Amino acid sequence: MSALLEARDLSIIRGDRLLFRQVGFALNPGELLLVEGANGSGKTSLLRVLAGLMDADSGMVCWNGADTRRARQQYRENLLWYGHRSGCKQDLSPRENLRCERALRPGSGQQPDGVLERLGILRVLDLPVRVLSAGQQRRVALARLLLGAAPLWLLDEPFTNLDTAGQELVNDLISEHLLEGGLCVMASHRGVDADVPQQKLVLQ
Amino acid sequence: MTPPLSMPGLWQGFAAVLRRDLLLAWKRPGDVLNPLVFFAIVSTLFPLAIGPDAEQLRVIGPGVVWVAALLATMLSLNSLFSNDFEDGSLEQMLLSPQPLPLLVLAKSTAHWLLSGLPLVLAAPVIGMSFNLPVSTQMAMPVTLLLGTISLSLIGSVGAALTVGLHRGNALLSLLILPLAMPVLIFGARSSALSAAGDSIAAGAYFLGAYCMLSLTLAPFATAAALRISNE
Repeated sequence: MSALLEARDLSIIRGDRLLFRQVGFALNPGELLLVEGANGSGKTSLLRVLAGLMDADSGMVCWNGADTRRARQQYRENLLWYGHRSGCKQDLSPRENLRCERALRPGSGQQPDGVLERLGILRVLDLPVRVLSAGQQRRVALARLLLGAAPLWLLDEPFTNLDTAGQELVNDLISEHLLEGGLCVMASHRGVDADVPQQKLVLQ
Repeated sequence: MTPPLSMPGLWQGFAAVLRRDLLLAWKRPGDVLNPLVFFAIVSTLFPLAIGPDAEQLRVIGPGVVWVAALLATMLSLNSLFSNDFEDGSLEQMLLSPQPLPLLVLAKSTAHWLLSGLPLVLAAPVIGMSFNLPVSTQMAMPVTLLLGTISLSLIGSVGAALTVGLHRGNALLSLLILPLAMPVLIFGARSSALSAAGDSIAAGAYFLGAYCMLSLTLAPFATAAALRISNE
């Protein structure tokens, strides 16, 4: 049986520069793919291609054996994106932000208050996101991962701006997700400290 | 592996985006008042500049109000998607399993409620400063109602195409104006005709048809444009 998430011969050209060519991997439930590379080597571009925000110049991404470009709607139900930009409205409170968020994708059935308590932002629940610190804003964005029920997590630099406890938290969230049979593709300079199968992809 | 649980309904997705945009406007009332203030200032400056000749004002009145309404709508379009683009909510909407045209329609609805509807309601008051006859005062909100809905919808296509561009504002106007011309011509003309005692039915039918056309096509065009400009 083929892997759940599979990338074949991906190449991306940005302007007249070849970012990378013929990148491929196969990921099964419970596995983590760590994407490494210098700044500007195309880590974010690779994640954007995997999310379907951008098309690769060649190659394909398959979910459950089917080309994701053919069944985009179905693929989107299965993925969660955590990027550089928080995706939170600065003028709204975390509570209001998450309320909108929950109407956009399938939910895990977890209560928002419980999720926010775990993320340590229950205290600032009704303040505008604008006045929160950068780390707290990242924590609000993390709530999306816990409230959603998608098996595939695409994380772009999930450890940035977080304090040590926050980094531990992200580490725990990812390893829990993988142990429950989820998949995770992560662009980061550090790996996940857990007993889970990890693959590494280094972009030149 | 746990299968994806209950997917929220279409209406929930539409309502959530609409609610969020209205809530944002509520927290920043300045952004909403801007187009309305612009509309009121431009259309009240004309009588002051042209002079107190009642007959002349009555002739140019409908045209001036319509041009002011068109420009006021343009003014507010630029921020339709650019804020979402900057804070990443646009990415999240693009990646949502909810159909993008539906979410876009929710944004257009919010935009119209916040920028178009106030103009429709303010038009009769503005009309008084042009000494417009009662028939035109009645006709103006009707044509503006249909017209501003079309403008919000057509404008969303342009806003989607120019999102992420640094100086997208001028380009946005260039893209939108040709499509907005029929609305302006029929809107202003039928308001003016009503001053002469003619029926506005023909103009209103055209504006209604244009509105329906935008309503059915614009959300899809906007969704496609957003995907392209986010590549």
